[in-house]
Amino acid sequence: MPDRSLKVVIAEDLALLREGLVGIVERGGHEVVAAVDNADALVTWVHNDPPDVVITDVRMPPGLSDEGLRAAARIREEHPQVGILVLSQYVADAYLTSLLEAPGPGGTGYLLKDRVGHVREFLDSIDRVADGGMAVDPEVVRQLLGRRRDDGPLAGLTAREREVLALMAEGLTNGTIAARLVVSEAAIRKHVGNIFAKLDLEQGTDRRVSAVLTYLRG
Amino acid sequence: MSRPRTAGVAPTAWAALAGNPARFLLSSWPFRAWAYLAGASVIGLVTFVGFFTLVVIGIVTSLVVVGLFLLASIPVLFVALGALERRRLAVMTPGQPSLRSPHPATTEPGWRSWFRQRRAEPLPRRELGYGVLLATLLWWIDLVVAFNAVLFLALMALAPLIAHYDEFVVLGWAADSPLEALPIGLVGLVVSYVFFAYVATALAAAQVALARILLGADQEQLEQRITELRRSRLDLVDAFETERKRIERHLHDGVQQRLVALTMTLGRAELDVPEGAGLDLVRQAHGEAEAALADLREAVRGIHPRVLVDHGIEAAVREVADRMPIPVAVDITLPERLPAPVEAAAYFVASETVTNVARHAGATTCRITGWVEEDDLVLTVIDNGIGGARVGAGTGLAGLVTRLDALGGRLQVDSPAGGPTRIRMECPCRIDP
Repeated sequence: MPDRSLKVVIAEDLALLREGLVGIVERGGHEVVAAVDNADALVTWVHNDPPDVVITDVRMPPGLSDEGLRAAARIREEHPQVGILVLSQYVADAYLTSLLEAPGPGGTGYLLKDRVGHVREFLDSIDRVADGGMAVDPEVVRQLLGRRRDDGPLAGLTAREREVLALMAEGLTNGTIAARLVVSEAAIRKHVGNIFAKLDLEQGTDRRVSAVLTYLRG
Repeated sequence: MSRPRTAGVAPTAWAALAGNPARFLLSSWPFRAWAYLAGASVIGLVTFVGFFTLVVIGIVTSLVVVGLFLLASIPVLFVALGALERRRLAVMTPGQPSLRSPHPATTEPGWRSWFRQRRAEPLPRRELGYGVLLATLLWWIDLVVAFNAVLFLALMALAPLIAHYDEFVVLGWAADSPLEALPIGLVGLVVSYVFFAYVATALAAAQVALARILLGADQEQLEQRITELRRSRLDLVDAFETERKRIERHLHDGVQQRLVALTMTLGRAELDVPEGAGLDLVRQAHGEAEAALADLREAVRGIHPRVLVDHGIEAAVREVADRMPIPVAVDITLPERLPAPVEAAAYFVASETVTNVARHAGATTCRITGWVEEDDLVLTVIDNGIGGARVGAGTGLAGLVTRLDALGGRLQVDSPAGGPTRIRMECPCRIDP
């Protein structure tokens, strides 16, 4: 459990889910400063009192298309330090694209709504986003990896390197990956080095998640 | 087109007239023709009288408004006549489909609504023409033929009886006793029957031909009818699509959200319930709720995927492809979003075929390509499997073919044994009936 209390604003139009989200975030020891049901209210709240993290549904009234995503882009522009965690009902390339196109000091996350039920992981994701990191849904990563299955460089990875790549793409740190795979952090560092070399990626630790994702998206 | 044959009866009156005379004379054609002509003469006479009665009464009573109503109803007389005559054609066209009415179908049952609807419609000129012809010219020609046929046959049959009381003379051949009259009567009977059989049948056949020309729906009306049919089929497809969307929305915004909320609650409970049997049960419940959610998601996807509504064909097909156990390459480039039924048809073709490929084809790769070619959306699915796919072979493809058909599209399946399988869908991008 995190030992700090973050200020969180939640935007979700369905009351049932909004309440569930509030419950989970508060259970994580954070303060929900506002829980709103539309994108305009979200932007207004953030504008008046920028929180640490914003959790928003993609689809919200009035248009029920991608209002949440557009609100996220505006927030990123006006308050780049605010972490943004976007929840969506299904995996869509378009969502990932617009999130990757909005880098900033604040972290970014893209999770499927179903993931919220895995409370511990969800709270971890909030932490990562608050720390300026990334949190990408494992399902999204799985689909991205599946798409490039028979392509050149990716085929050259070992099974373990592939596993590490997937966890990297989810936004996990070397330490967390090491804990997940029950190996030393040094071993993970070696794998990461190999992966970057094989995929011919810039070995920068700063934006490695978006680099990996951009690579995976082809 | 082959027509059902009534046993022993030539398919048409003309064919019967031109065929074996003995067969013709012994068939039902002469009697049908007589019945048709007799009917026509009665109906023509009634129309003639009815028309003038209506006009006269209408003019006389026009001062008290009723007359105007009567006069305005005169066109309906001809419409009713046309309807009756179309039915009567069955006498002369046994075993053939009845003539199509040029009028649109009535929207309500009962003769009152029929009357109201027909009165509001314009009277087809050809139907009016037929009515005028029948009421002024045809009915008395028919009457002459039908009446004389009966008269002559009766006279010849009664020849011996007549000769008993009086002299019986036919074409200078006189007889004044029943015995002498008998051969004259017999010969006369046969000759009259033959003569009137041919005359009546020829006349009736000619009138039938005329009625078919004047009372049937013309080309333009047939085309209009086809357009109406196409439109109603499209409406059906559209209604089907709308209904699917409604069901999807209902499941998505209702049941699915409740299940997600349930998994959230169970997830929180997992953190708060102390280790032990209780926690195990909560974990189990959480797993079951997630399984239910996954099942529901799968069902919703088969009904109408949300990603299709939100992002169109490419995103939706890519999502399907990403879920397949074999690598599926997707290359779909469309200049714009297409009408919902077209998008749905393309999506379901792609999803159905690619699922079949993964299940049955034994393929290791598959490629879905989509593009627009001269206002047509073309979508191909090509695999490297074992082939042998067929549209009707228990797949969901048969239903998709019907759907495509309604949109004016088509599906080609080229799947030789041994593979590869190539599926090609074409569908007009625009929906205009």
